[in-house]
Amino acid sequence: MAVCVAVIAKENYPLYIRSVPTENELKFHYMVHTSLDVVDEKISAMGKALVDQRELYLGLLYPTEDYKVYGYVTNSKVKFVMVVDASNTALRDNEIRSMFRKLHNSYTDVMCNPFYDPGDRIQSSRAFDGMVTSMMIQVC
Amino acid sequence: MEGLTLSDAEQKYYSDLFSYCDSESTKKVAAHGRVLELFRAAQLPSDVVHQIMELCGATRLGYFGRSQFYIALKLVAVAQSGFPLRVESINTVKDLPLPRFVASKNEQESRHAASYSSDSENQGSYSGVIPPPPGRGQVKKGSTSHDTVQPRTSADQQEPVSPVVSPQQSPPTSPHTWRKHSRHPSGGNSERPLAGPGPFWSPFGEAQSGSSAGDAVWSGHSPPPPQENWVSFADTPPTSTLLTMHPASVQDQTTVRTVASATTANEIRRQSSSYDDPWKITDEQRQYYVNQFKTIQPDLNGFIPGSAAKEFFTKSKLPILELSHIWELSDFDKDGALTLDEFCAAFHLVVARKNGYDLPEKLPESLMPKLIDLEDSADVGDQPGEVGYSGSPAEAPPSKSPSMPSLNQTWPELNQSSEDTAIVHPVPIRMTPSKIHMQEMELKRTGSDHTNPTSPLLVKTSDLSEENKINSSVKFASGNTVADGYSSSDSFTSDPEQIGNNVTRQRSHSGMSPDNTAPPPPPPRPQPSHSRSSSLDMNRTFSVTTGQQQAGVVAQPPAVPPRPQPSQAAGPVVHRPVDADGLITHTSTSPQQIPEQPNFADFSQFEVFAASNVNEEQDDEAEKHPEVLPVEKASDPASSLRVAKTDSKIEEKTAASAPANVSKGTTPLAPPPKPVRRRLKSEDELRPEVDEHTQKTGVLAAVLASQPSIPRSVGKDKKAIQASIRRNKETNTVLARLNSELQQQLKDVLEERISLEVQLEQLRPFSHL
Repeated sequence: MAVCVAVIAKENYPLYIRSVPTENELKFHYMVHTSLDVVDEKISAMGKALVDQRELYLGLLYPTEDYKVYGYVTNSKVKFVMVVDASNTALRDNEIRSMFRKLHNSYTDVMCNPFYDPGDRIQSSRAFDGMVTSMMIQVC
Repeated sequence: MEGLTLSDAEQKYYSDLFSYCDSESTKKVAAHGRVLELFRAAQLPSDVVHQIMELCGATRLGYFGRSQFYIALKLVAVAQSGFPLRVESINTVKDLPLPRFVASKNEQESRHAASYSSDSENQGSYSGVIPPPPGRGQVKKGSTSHDTVQPRTSADQQEPVSPVVSPQQSPPTSPHTWRKHSRHPSGGNSERPLAGPGPFWSPFGEAQSGSSAGDAVWSGHSPPPPQENWVSFADTPPTSTLLTMHPASVQDQTTVRTVASATTANEIRRQSSSYDDPWKITDEQRQYYVNQFKTIQPDLNGFIPGSAAKEFFTKSKLPILELSHIWELSDFDKDGALTLDEFCAAFHLVVARKNGYDLPEKLPESLMPKLIDLEDSADVGDQPGEVGYSGSPAEAPPSKSPSMPSLNQTWPELNQSSEDTAIVHPVPIRMTPSKIHMQEMELKRTGSDHTNPTSPLLVKTSDLSEENKINSSVKFASGNTVADGYSSSDSFTSDPEQIGNNVTRQRSHSGMSPDNTAPPPPPPRPQPSHSRSSSLDMNRTFSVTTGQQQAGVVAQPPAVPPRPQPSQAAGPVVHRPVDADGLITHTSTSPQQIPEQPNFADFSQFEVFAASNVNEEQDDEAEKHPEVLPVEKASDPASSLRVAKTDSKIEEKTAASAPANVSKGTTPLAPPPKPVRRRLKSEDELRPEVDEHTQKTGVLAAVLASQPSIPRSVGKDKKAIQASIRRNKETNTVLARLNSELQQQLKDVLEERISLEVQLEQLRPFSHL
């Protein structure tokens, strides 16, 4: 599963970022940050067409030798970035898509909470945390 | 007075109390006023109070200095502990518990004292101590800071007057804490505050007196935790909020009262029973919540929008984080709005949190909204998750779509393959302009048409051509455009051929359209080639057999000629008169179009006959023309498959008659192709039959020798008509059978698809991890 999950706001600042704790989290943060360029590039490429035509799932943003980074963008330009272990070859595209869908659903639920101020960090939602935990690699 | 040694807790507590009482910040506390109230709250007999005051020297001084105050407090503790009041006891009595002041007051104070170090909230709680409702207000005031002491004093004084006034804090808070405290120490003070608020509190007092295990629990909590909660309530929106809320919500005041009452009720309940299920909502509580709901949303079946709920619950002064979590728990359907049940659950959670209960991770069952869908689910915590996931299952079905394309993809593949095979055959054979070849070509064409699972047999020639192209792309050029070929063949072929082709095409298309319903017609596909051959045989058999056997010929569905024919048919029909030319052109074009148009084959076949039978044909044509024309007309508008088929048949007949069996030739070839095409075939068969009849059976018979046997009723119109009718009926039955077969195929395919989808569903959970 995912090694790192990040939710980036429209202004490209992180709303939520969480990594598997055993790794050097800074490395993941950096990867997520650099992947934003790729995301923007993909968005602008399709930007000409209507948003409707734009696919929310961006697919593999870029692979490194150890990890692969996938991206997903919502209609409100909120980006989800997921870093997965490259050695996890069993992970298919459909699975990644479903994981992003779950992320999107949970994010929507957080948005629905009137006590959540859009633009704030997502730190209050236990449901969101739980969902992300379920997606992260089970590292003992 | 002797020196007073205080423990840290005592120190804090006392200083807190002192600050509380020192409303004027003069470091002196008047003997009267708050101190008196405080001492009274200690639930000590008045004489003891007096004694204390004497001992501490207040009477001497006339006021309470800080030291005197502290001594007094210590003496209160001593007295409450049951020790004799003596000056010496102040320091001698060790481990003296903090003086507890009456019910709420004392408890709150004690708690505040204990938690005083934490924040100034305690002060707020002090005020809350006194009368529950006013206490709340006071708590708030107190919480702000000592600055509010003065207002608090006034508030204190006002408290008795306007008990519930302070709505600032969420209702339940103070009453709850109050209860807790009061219950524990004594019910006396509760009465006092109750007097202010009114009847609501009386039960409160009663509850207090009837302290139950709950009280014990509460008392146990005396220090920080419970107070903390309350404090938090008062705390967050300090005076400012209080003030703002105060004027803003007169309602709140009443609600506060009601809240207070509700809280009392809650407490009562809590005390009485609900230890089994601390989350259960009592009726009183429920009623209170409902009333609160009404203030926001008069319609009990309506929703409270998230913003309104946010404002309301923010009044409770719980931290936003906790409120957010409460919202997560209570908003079941995740719609951003609260129904009555959800609201009650949220409110109850707020109350509980204020009373010191930790928020659960999952919504307790008793708080589950009694909704239709979610009620049954036994999972408490899963509910939100389930709700959250309610959308996800919806996603599952779409995920099945990928499977569908795969299924769909198989169809064209099959088509192509079949077409390829189909096409292959005819090519070589086509070269020879023999009847057989022609028939084969026809079959091939029809077969290819049939092979196109997706090729719509409908009137849209273009579609067919495209589809055929797609499917038969690999095939030969002519084959590729089977549809095109049909259409093109129509165009290409000379009139008679075209007519016949068109007719056949139309019919075949019409026949095909039903076929198309079954996406992959694998079985039929391979047949084209076979069909051709078989069709040839069939044709032969047809020629041999009587019209009755046409049904047998139907075994191979006639190739479905491209749809466009209707229009074309009309055109070609017109050309019929030009038989000879048509025939010739047909023959010339036939080789090219052989794969495309079965008719060509027919035509080529017919050429010979036509030439020989020109005379006969002419006669027939004459007869047929009138038939043709009306038939054509009928056929043209009838773009439906069946109709087209029949029409085409008729047209074919006429056309055949005109171009001298050209159509007939085609028709016989058409039938053989695939089972799908059977219909067409049958039509074709019928057509030739009809044509024959219409024309000269003899001539037709000869022409159709290679073709399916067509009853060669010697040509009398009547007989011919009857025969044609018979053939038509047979064709109908054949087509009907074809239809049923195709339906069956369709069902099988759908079942297959369903099973695959189920498998996918089963596999999906694993992919999610």
